[in-house]
Amino acid sequence: MTAPQIPDSNPRRAFIAAAGAGVAGLGFTVIAPGLHLMAVGQANAAEARKAGTVASPAVRWGLLIDANKCAPGCTKCIDACHTENGISEKLPDARQNSQWIRKIELVDRRNGRKTELPMMCQHCANPPCVDVCPTGASMKRADGIVLVDRHTCIGCRYCMMACPYKARSFVHAPLTQQNPEVPRGQGCVESCTLCVHRVDKGQQPACVESCPEGAMTFGDLNDPASAIAKRIASVPTTQVRADLRLNQGVRYEGI
Amino acid sequence: MKLLRDQSAALRTRSPVAYPGGMARGSLRRALHLGLLATLPERVTDFVKFVLVVFAAIAVSPAPTFAGEGGRTAKPVIEIANPGKCIAPAEEMRRNHMEMLKHQRDRTLRQGVRGEPASLNACIECHASKKTGSVLGGNENFCQSCHSYAAVKLDCWDCHQPKAGFKATGVKP
Ligand code: SF4
Ligand code: SF4
Repeated sequence: MTAPQIPDSNPRRAFIAAAGAGVAGLGFTVIAPGLHLMAVGQANAAEARKAGTVASPAVRWGLLIDANKCAPGCTKCIDACHTENGISEKLPDARQNSQWIRKIELVDRRNGRKTELPMMCQHCANPPCVDVCPTGASMKRADGIVLVDRHTCIGCRYCMMACPYKARSFVHAPLTQQNPEVPRGQGCVESCTLCVHRVDKGQQPACVESCPEGAMTFGDLNDPASAIAKRIASVPTTQVRADLRLNQGVRYEGI
Repeated sequence: MKLLRDQSAALRTRSPVAYPGGMARGSLRRALHLGLLATLPERVTDFVKFVLVVFAAIAVSPAPTFAGEGGRTAKPVIEIANPGKCIAPAEEMRRNHMEMLKHQRDRTLRQGVRGEPASLNACIECHASKKTGSVLGGNENFCQSCHSYAAVKLDCWDCHQPKAGFKATGVKP
């Protein structure tokens, strides 16, 4: 079974197709014609994937961020990300610091209404950063997590230019304070990994866990029984710049 | 030329029996008087013997050592913090650790396979020095010892954390 690649113009239709593919991947037993016993919850976020097994293409990890709940001025998710991923460098030119997640403020000019939301790599299903990479370092894992393989990244920064969300950073200076589970270093491009090392252990990404407002939901978009899929199926949610048809794994509510 | 040949012979045999300590001390005294005394052929021979004893002493002394079966090259001094628990015999690890880690890194990063026997973090947990907590830092530390000896550049640590049990602290944005 291959990862759902959806060349569909309608992101909502595409998502339904992805969800359908996921159900097929999860597998179901026919008890009687029209009556299926479905194996759901196989990719529960609270369950660690068994040692020695590969990431499943039946799963598509995603995030749902409720901008209505995101508290103005709060940076708890950013702090948690920095602690989890060992981002501690402070360069003389602050623009060169790595930024895996940032807060964005949206202002409705007509009435002055402000909305804040965290922005990170959107984990596109059709990631332009992967398309442009000359070495194959920028890659999408079977379960939809977009990563940089620093062993092959040459630091050309094409992916930074290709990403419509400014999600990637280049590491400008030598590092020594990396976390053992999050290797990162000078000369490579990096971005949000959806805390892949935690997800593989069955934990939530650090930002999701840290949010005091419960504004973020993490889970398997392909599993109709997951909290995230249920929510997406019941309330209007948005992919930022859905017109680009990248089918992002990160969706927003209330924008 | 003869001196060189004698030297290498002494290093090959590495036998302290051939040059007992007492003789060395006698040779030393005589050697110190060498400047005052006439250069008698036998005294020269004694001096040569003394030099050989010094070389033999170096050969049998610990680090930095001229070890091995008659080898004349220095061997790296490796400090193994937790011996006897490796995933493969030392000979295999020495020869193939880079291949093991290379294949594991691709499977882990690209396919998401976790909990493989070969793992750089697992290497560090066992092999980090008890003194410095790291596999780097000095030429007796596990990774650096062989790699500086073999003049193979260690790129791993540009990105990976060489300290066991390291906990990073982030900063406020
Ligand atoms: S948001 Fe940017 S970095 Fe992330 S997958 Fe999409 S193009 Fe790549
Ligand atoms: S910077 Fe690295 S990951 Fe990005 S396009 Fe270049 S080689 Fe690929």
